[in-house]
Amino acid sequence: MRTCLESLQGYGLRALGRQYGENLLPRGLDITLCDQIVLIGSGLIWNIYFAAIAIVIGFCLATGVALAKFSQNRWINRPASAFVFIFRGSPLFIQFFFFYALFILLPRTGLEIPLGFTTLTVNTSALTTAQVGGLVVLVLNTTAYSAELFYGALRSIPKGDLEAADAYGLSGFTKFRRVVFPSMLRLAWPSYTNEAIFLTHSTTLVFLSAFPARQQSGEAFYYARYFVDQTFNPFVAYPIVAAYFVALTLAIIGIFALANLRLNRHLPRERRQRLRFRPQYIR
Amino acid sequence: MFSFCTDPSSLPDWQWFACYLTSATHLNFYRAFGVVLLLLAITAPAALAMGMAGALALRSRIPPLNWLGKGYVNIVRGVPDIVFFLFVPIALGQGIEWVLHQINCPDWDQPIRQGNDFIVCRDAKMPPVNSPRWVYDVYGFFMAVIAFALVFGAFVANTLYGAMRAVPQAQVETAEAYGMTQRQAFRRIILPQMWVYALPGLSNIWQILTKATPLLFLLGIQDIVYWARELGGQKTSLFTYPHPDWRVWYFLVLLCFYLTLTWASERAFARLNDKLSRGQATAAGERQRKATS
Repeated sequence: MRTCLESLQGYGLRALGRQYGENLLPRGLDITLCDQIVLIGSGLIWNIYFAAIAIVIGFCLATGVALAKFSQNRWINRPASAFVFIFRGSPLFIQFFFFYALFILLPRTGLEIPLGFTTLTVNTSALTTAQVGGLVVLVLNTTAYSAELFYGALRSIPKGDLEAADAYGLSGFTKFRRVVFPSMLRLAWPSYTNEAIFLTHSTTLVFLSAFPARQQSGEAFYYARYFVDQTFNPFVAYPIVAAYFVALTLAIIGIFALANLRLNRHLPRERRQRLRFRPQYIR
Repeated sequence: MFSFCTDPSSLPDWQWFACYLTSATHLNFYRAFGVVLLLLAITAPAALAMGMAGALALRSRIPPLNWLGKGYVNIVRGVPDIVFFLFVPIALGQGIEWVLHQINCPDWDQPIRQGNDFIVCRDAKMPPVNSPRWVYDVYGFFMAVIAFALVFGAFVANTLYGAMRAVPQAQVETAEAYGMTQRQAFRRIILPQMWVYALPGLSNIWQILTKATPLLFLLGIQDIVYWARELGGQKTSLFTYPHPDWRVWYFLVLLCFYLTLTWASERAFARLNDKLSRGQATAAGERQRKATS
């Protein structure tokens, strides 16, 4: 039997790969409670990696897609609406399978895109790993969900704000940066917080679907499932992973509440919107 | 299926595909779509019933019942659903076997959890030992239904509770002024009118429920994801219908299936909303009244 310190040394960073800890995962009767807590906790590294990068990239893309969907030019708003419909209308679980099957069909050597002055080589073999390919799917998915939220917010920006911007002679990008974008964020922020939470929870699906967990390095829920398969006892590993996720959710709410304070800093205290957490997990 | 299907290797393309798409495994694949729809058809009313019970518990003035409702709704909504989908069927299965074990084998002296095994006596196995395969399938399916109903029941409970409180309070007071008891007022005033307030929330939950159905695959049920992986994978010339890796096409079909489902239910809910808004004291109801008069 290992002591807790030994589990921490052996499995604390095991999720990063074999060279960061014990070669093999604990098996059968050798599993201690500390092993479960440590290994599931080390899997959280990947949950945070997927969630953080997908939220940052997805945020930027979603702003663009929302503006495109709000555009009056049908050649711009139709494709944006179609993109949003496809990714919001189908299960993320199926999207993972579909994109994995698509990525393994790409040539192994890499795609060469001629740009005239130089050729860009895209490393396609990385797309078949969860760390890149799974992330791409998560980015596309959160882009669609956030774009819908931002689109709804764009539609409900008060008319007076826009007229005031015009009256001050703001136009084009200045108007967007000073008036449209901050108002949009302010209106969308409570639901965007929920979206960030759902996304974090859906990172548990990455290794459950088609993407392989190389060297048995997976995210928290992958290890929880591993332990339940090994011990046939769902009453330990699943509550541990649930507790980790509750903690992660609270951290996200905290960070987003700080951003919310900054977005609403010009308003009198009683008119500031409070963040409410209304969980809806599956997408 | 067709008479010319005896030797597929020598067939022209369209006949080859006609045979391929009607092979026995493909018929199972098509049946799996039925399983998804069946799951939705059973789970939706079950979750609604679960949610109604939860909402009534939330409204209850009896403290233990109220705590039970609050505990149920908050625990299920606060924990990732996937954990519940995998936890509930195993935990419930072990729970049932444990209870049967206590009833059927009172003189069993060994511990049930021996190391990493969960051992109950032969009479306590569920489904019973030597059951035909379909019993196992049905048992697994209903475990999944219970897991889905538990999780979505919590969401529905929250929505219905909000909807009950959204019915204008003045109407309830009027009913009570007419001499109805609280129970009568609930049944005659709140219950018929709450649906229009609950509908947006319920339609949302329905959309999430449809998108949760592929998770059946994780419970080991041969659903559409299972068959898409099976059928799409590369088949060598040992098989009757050899083909390269076609999984991408099979999953494309699944994507289209879900998109159609989403699109159809969006329209259905829009129509239902129109119907429920008739004569209601809401903006939509008022607009309908003005349009007809």
